[in-house]
Amino acid sequence: MFSIPTFLESLVPLFWAARYTLLISVAGIALGLVIGTLVCAARLSPSRALRRAGAVWVSFLRGVPLLVQLLVFYYSLPLFGLDVPAMVAAIVTVGICASAYISEIWRGAINALPRGQAEAAVAIGMTPQDVWRRIILPQAFTLSLPALINELILLVKASSLVSVVGILEITRASQAQAATTFRPLEVYLAAACIYLVINLCLAALGRYLEHRTAV
Amino acid sequence: MDLLQTYGPALLRGFGVTVLCWALGTLFGMTLGLLIALMRHYGPRWLNWIIQVYIEVIRGTPFLVQLFVLYYGGPLIGLRLDAVPAGLLGLTLYGSPYFAEIFRSGFRAVAPGQIEAARAIGMSEPSIVRRILLPLSLVSALPALVNFSIILTKETVILSIITVPELMYQVSRMSAETFRFVEANLVLALFFWGLVETISRLGRRLETRITKHLLERT
Repeated sequence: MFSIPTFLESLVPLFWAARYTLLISVAGIALGLVIGTLVCAARLSPSRALRRAGAVWVSFLRGVPLLVQLLVFYYSLPLFGLDVPAMVAAIVTVGICASAYISEIWRGAINALPRGQAEAAVAIGMTPQDVWRRIILPQAFTLSLPALINELILLVKASSLVSVVGILEITRASQAQAATTFRPLEVYLAAACIYLVINLCLAALGRYLEHRTAV
Repeated sequence: MDLLQTYGPALLRGFGVTVLCWALGTLFGMTLGLLIALMRHYGPRWLNWIIQVYIEVIRGTPFLVQLFVLYYGGPLIGLRLDAVPAGLLGLTLYGSPYFAEIFRSGFRAVAPGQIEAARAIGMSEPSIVRRILLPLSLVSALPALVNFSIILTKETVILSIITVPELMYQVSRMSAETFRFVEANLVLALFFWGLVETISRLGRRLETRITKHLLERT
């Protein structure tokens, strides 16, 4: 039967493993923001080739399951003579995957801004750089904050997949724990609880930000 | 070429299992989701509360962990399932809250006047659901339904981790035996890309057809 002590005991090491889950998701979203901004810029650029390349990037990364991306990336690195730790490979893969979604979030937010904002800025004589830097981007960022938090929640869940390349985050740690205790039910439920707590906190943060930035 | 001869049948079988899991998982998930949405719409408050918890739990945890709980934890409480049924049950449970939310917002998009009018002419509640609420909400929910079904095709690869013999599982076995990890996974990636692009094209065609048809009737 379900043993509550086993459940509670497995919470501690899994909680400790959660730091890798958080590291991968947070570093992943940071990298995704950088690449995603570039991709978004490419998709909005006047050059046709750049727009096309951006669209292919987004469609490929959104069309291929993350697990497959992870394995492609993980196994192809040595071909280029790159011997990086599994952790780095995982963060880079998660970041690249997130970049596709983030660029779409950005694009949506930029398109959602009323046209008059940019036109007014041009009318009072701002340079195009200033219009982007001071008018469009700050507003787009506030608009997209809830969606970005949502993306972070998705990444926390997606990071469970990097367990297949051997990183001891929550899922991998729970597998090891289940193998030694022979109590998979309690251990995996404990893992589920930790994920749930992390994501509920993030969701609360998202709601708070949404309220604060609502105009 | 040799590779294809040796592993072709296994890959084909794997593809079959992938399609089967996806189709049934989507169908069951959508059905369960619809039931959940209806229960939230018509059920008592306490039921709504339980459903809310269920939705939060499923949406707040990774699919992989849910599968582990079902497949490896299940036997401890007498739920002994083979990999494929466990995977199907997992997909159904995983998809249901997302589908439920899609249906719920579809219900909300139905103008209240439509329901009131149906009541006023004396239609019974079940037939209002069947003939007014569902058809109208399906139209507005269709893009989201198609979208989430596409997301589910990608989730099926995770079933390989609990040894469901679907496409990814067969590809991993093949690459482990031939040491062609990169090529095998790259081909798999291209395959999924094509699949997802095709399904979303078909989905868009379906959407325009269905909405056009209904627009003409009104």
